[in-house]
Amino acid sequence: MSVFVNKDTRLLVQGITGQEGQFHARSCIAYGTNVVAGVTPGKGGQKMDDVPIYNSVKEARAASGANASMILVPPPFAADAIMEAADAGIELVVCITEGIPVMDMMRVKNYLATKTTRLIGPNCPGIMTPGECKIGIMPNTMGKPGNVGVVSRSGTLTYEAVHQLTSVGFGQTTCIGIGGDPINGTNFIDCLEAFEADPETKAIVMIGEIGGNAEEDACEWIKANTDKPVVGFVAGLTAPPGRRMGHAGAIVSGGKGTAEAKIEAMKTSGVHHCENLGKMGDLCKKVF
Amino acid sequence: MKIHEYQAKELFRKYNVPTPNGKVAYKTEEVEKIADEFGLPVVVKAQVHAGGRGKGGGVKLAKTKEDVKTVSDEIIGMTLVTKQTGAQGKKVNKVLVEQGVSIKKELYLSVIPDRETCSVAIVCSQDGGMDIEEVAAKTPERIITVHVSPTTGVQPFHTRQVCFGLELPKELMKPMSALVKNLYNLFVDYDCSMLEINPLIITEEDDIIALDAKIDVDGNSMYRHPDVKEMHDPDEEDPIELEASQYGLNYINLDGNVGNIVNGAGLAMATMDIVKMAGASPANFLDVGGGANAEAIENGFRLIMSDANVKGILINVFGGILRCDILAQGVVQAATKLGLSVPVVVRMEGTNVEEGRKILADSGLDLVNAVDLADAAEKVAALVA
Repeated sequence: MSVFVNKDTRLLVQGITGQEGQFHARSCIAYGTNVVAGVTPGKGGQKMDDVPIYNSVKEARAASGANASMILVPPPFAADAIMEAADAGIELVVCITEGIPVMDMMRVKNYLATKTTRLIGPNCPGIMTPGECKIGIMPNTMGKPGNVGVVSRSGTLTYEAVHQLTSVGFGQTTCIGIGGDPINGTNFIDCLEAFEADPETKAIVMIGEIGGNAEEDACEWIKANTDKPVVGFVAGLTAPPGRRMGHAGAIVSGGKGTAEAKIEAMKTSGVHHCENLGKMGDLCKKVF
Repeated sequence: MKIHEYQAKELFRKYNVPTPNGKVAYKTEEVEKIADEFGLPVVVKAQVHAGGRGKGGGVKLAKTKEDVKTVSDEIIGMTLVTKQTGAQGKKVNKVLVEQGVSIKKELYLSVIPDRETCSVAIVCSQDGGMDIEEVAAKTPERIITVHVSPTTGVQPFHTRQVCFGLELPKELMKPMSALVKNLYNLFVDYDCSMLEINPLIITEEDDIIALDAKIDVDGNSMYRHPDVKEMHDPDEEDPIELEASQYGLNYINLDGNVGNIVNGAGLAMATMDIVKMAGASPANFLDVGGGANAEAIENGFRLIMSDANVKGILINVFGGILRCDILAQGVVQAATKLGLSVPVVVRMEGTNVEEGRKILADSGLDLVNAVDLADAAEKVAALVA
């Protein structure tokens, strides 16, 4: 078992003819993901390697039976791409694009509230069920099948955590990068709920960072709803307040969103807080 | 991206939000000329991107001709220190000269995106002219927040909540409703990430006027706001950060001694944290990004080397989109060109890591290899100790 994606996932790629789209579509195919279609308006009828290209998501879905989409289009077109996928009834949309204006994401989120589509991201590395399906830009060498669910706001921190987990012998059910933007689709709690419901997932690693209060909300949920062991990490203890630390969502403003508050929330909700990222693997070995 | 008060007020006027008469000046003589035109009194306001200007002596009232000269001489060219500028302060190159207005009541109004509810929050209070965070902490009931969904925009019930919440007299409800609507439209049209008026005043003549104006525009939206892009003031930025942004690098200057080159914002933050934990302190945050090429790495390297406080450099890359061989090429290129004046610890993992390690090993450069993140932090901390 796994959450959100597995070997039956049929993926289409929006922006498949762009440099990034092409590179990562090929990488997903190499991983074993079933990439069934691509969408680039105006290039319908062409092919990217063996993948047929369509002018619209609606057309691509009808022809290929795709149930998931990976979006790799530039920021000015990303909000439109997400809404197009939702409109076409795609169940899972993974938006990798970084740099989408907040106001665009606000409109997208309000639109998605009227749909059943699940959005992961934007500004995220994607999602991977090791050995079955990768949707996103993670290195193909990352991860191995197992029983730990991983959820993170940061791309490279996900790689780091999964690398350490794998090194100490823990495989993963599914690794989810929820993205570093202030407004995103799937949040920590959505992933925790899915991990809780998945019998294969025996333990959880959760990686947060400064900004917002998603970690605090997640800790409250954990305290009330799961007995699975959770190891948590928060990046940004040394971040100066009022500065955006690379991610649009990573900012401490008006004393809110501090690493200290998130770590405190972890400690009081039974999450095993990992103080030193370099030792996360060791901590998981001890806890799980 | 922050813009100056006078630029924010230009946008206000475009959206029919009332502001005092005002003009920008760079010299005392210009201030005097403007004062002659407006008539006395005038207010001279330092134009720097920082709050707390009044308390720092950057905003002054001039009632006489002599006052105009004295306060202008004082403010133009001064180094203004406020709680937001840091101890080094900011040099004042220009001032906004405004016609004085009579103040009957001071209100507070701001507009911000609310990430939790995915809506635009309009925040207001009767306690204007004060530090709003203090009001929020001490008397939270005096702060009114109205959430507006971008799918509906401002509706009459929203503006009623603002007007009744502020206990406005009946005759001011119409102009206030119009003002709220205009500000919301400005906020959305210009992709603001913050819009604040403190104070928003009611004059003796019962006019509502934005006495102050702060606007921060979402940097990601700059492609559709060329007019705002032109408002960018390079004097307001750290020169190294400004240069970094020209190379597409995300750099934030800090005061430690370990320079960091990392890919990914989360890993870059975590690397700073672990450096600190190992007993050293980070000199910067540098996320070279996912799509970085050899040239970007070289530029990052050079920027960090230009910081005299840096006693050692830690390169920590987990290859995803950014492949380790590309990174290694950039490091070799930079180190060969610039020379290694401080020890450099390298930790690489991920896509094409073997190729990357080979490039570094074959380069003949004196680099310190680390097996993992904990090892890297300890090694660099020991080297700078």
